Amino acid sequence: MLSIGLGHYLTLAAIIFTIGIVGIFLNRKNIIVILMSIELILLAVNINLVSFSIFINDLSGQVFTLFILTVAAAEAAIGLAIIVVYYRNSGTIRVEEIDRLKG
Amino acid sequence: MIAHAIVFYIFSLIAIVSAIMVTVSKNTVNSVFFLILDFISISCLFIMIGAEFLGMIMLIVYVGAVAVLFLFVVMMLNVAQQKNEWFNSSGRSSHIPVGLLVSIIIFFELIIVIGGWKYKPDLLDSITIEINTDLTNTQSLGSVIYTDYIHLFQLSGMVLLVAMIGAIVLTFRQRSGVKRQSYFKQISRDRKDGIELVEVENNKGVKIDA
Repeated sequence: MLSIGLGHYLTLAAIIFTIGIVGIFLNRKNIIVILMSIELILLAVNINLVSFSIFINDLSGQVFTLFILTVAAAEAAIGLAIIVVYYRNSGTIRVEEIDRLKG
Repeated sequence: MIAHAIVFYIFSLIAIVSAIMVTVSKNTVNSVFFLILDFISISCLFIMIGAEFLGMIMLIVYVGAVAVLFLFVVMMLNVAQQKNEWFNSSGRSSHIPVGLLVSIIIFFELIIVIGGWKYKPDLLDSITIEINTDLTNTQSLGSVIYTDYIHLFQLSGMVLLVAMIGAIVLTFRQRSGVKRQSYFKQISRDRKDGIELVEVENNKGVKIDA
């Protein structure tokens, strides 16, 4: 309990990952919150990579975290741009009203 | 050791609570603020376990750029007032129990994997880049990124470039009815078109744009 090991960090990452998934599933009002949940999921993945990298003494995990960070930033920028364009065209970003594809 | 444990529990508690608040918060602006708090506490954890460079990069990239981008978009779209109320949304849809069920199953699967997992016996032989404790974290990362991973590094730069151009192209809007400067016309004027010398006869005016 008092000696923090790899399992503690992995559990923290699992909890944050699950919260992100819950946010994607249950959010029906606002698509920006879904993007933020995706950011949470990527954060959980980063926690996993960094803690493995530290605890097994291998640097490549941190290198990959750096690349995931890059991709996450690019994804956030593109996603927000798409949301801005959608809002400009249709006037809403409520998830329930985005039904143009009748899915 | 005890101090390490206490700090870990404090930061991870803050991270988990703020992650929950991101998803359940009524106001989208509050969600963004809790996202920032989450990133800050996780980067504190990174700095604590010895990944200082990534912790600092996390602060700069996420808190300084991504979260502020979210904040800009939330404020620009004026959606803060659209309540984010998935708890008391109309009862006709069945997505809440199904979503909770799937999430709980995913969580228990992850926990089972973490609990029953062991190192492979030959794991230590497969380590490719061992952490050198004589160097700082930033130094050792730099010595790897610019040599072994240089192609991936350049490729991530290309990803950022494509994302930047894509975001600009997506949100660019040509407004009609706005008078703009035309550089081509301006530069391609010469003296012949610009100036005309006329002999003005007495008692007769000059016709302009004749």
